[in-house]
Amino acid sequence: MPARIGVVTFPGSLDDRDAQRAVRLGGGEPVALWHGDHDLQGVDAIVLPGGFSYGDYLRCGAIAAHSPIMSEVIDAANKGMPVLGICNGFQILVESQLLPGGLIRNDHGDFVCRDQRLRVENASTAWTSGFTEGDEIVIPLKNGEGGYIATEETLDRLEGEGLVAFRYLDVNPNGSLRDIAGLTNELGNVVGLMPHPEHATEPGFGPDMPEAMRSGVDGLTFFQSAVEAVLARV
Amino acid sequence: MPTIVVEVMPKPELLDPAGKATAGALAKQGHSAFSAVRIGKRFELTVEGEVTDAVLAEAQRLAEEFLSNQVIEDVVAVKVA
Repeated sequence: MPARIGVVTFPGSLDDRDAQRAVRLGGGEPVALWHGDHDLQGVDAIVLPGGFSYGDYLRCGAIAAHSPIMSEVIDAANKGMPVLGICNGFQILVESQLLPGGLIRNDHGDFVCRDQRLRVENASTAWTSGFTEGDEIVIPLKNGEGGYIATEETLDRLEGEGLVAFRYLDVNPNGSLRDIAGLTNELGNVVGLMPHPEHATEPGFGPDMPEAMRSGVDGLTFFQSAVEAVLARV
Repeated sequence: MPTIVVEVMPKPELLDPAGKATAGALAKQGHSAFSAVRIGKRFELTVEGEVTDAVLAEAQRLAEEFLSNQVIEDVVAVKVA
């Protein structure tokens, strides 16, 4: 049986269907989950997709973090289920306190959309095990409030414990402290990042690469890694 | 019905791009008396019934745990309007 990976749709989610497609391309079976339910439908892993849940009202991800399904998501995450938060999903993970710190408006004040080079800093998480530490990848980034901040103490702890999962290369697109693009938790099952792996999973639709336009599929490894992590858990 | 006002500001050490842009606009309009702008949030909580100490305490707790994110913001006031 293939790994069943749930994708939660919140009011204002945009990339839920792209995430479902990426799950399928990565070898998993996507399962649509609804924010208002208290039912994970027996999935093996969960993606919180990008978008603008609740119109970014209050703070990005803040209201979604208190939606009904999040109590089950938080519970499952604390028990080791792989959970990936992409962009708004990362903001929801931070607001849920599954990952530390906060995300604020880009330091330059503008929305940014670009193909972003990243370095994989931790290749032992449920969503990055298909990479090798130090790998450089390119996936799209698109956000207005992606500036990662935390206290110096938290940043030092994250660095010391190897919990920085991805770092921006070439350009820091949003003023994130220490160029942090994504984080993982102590168990390595929860990963959150601002860039969008689900948009780099199929030739013809990914970032431009030196070899060919729109050929980048570096994001596929996230979903393949999760499928393997799920199979390894069973 | 009574109202509890909660005021939240971005932490002073953090960049406030909206405030900065507004300050820039003021400068362009020639308002040289104002050197900086910071933009925060004001919540008005309408209370069912009386504002008891318990209700005020609940508002304080909500202000700190939900209406603000203590990583990036400070609650600067919780008061009866």
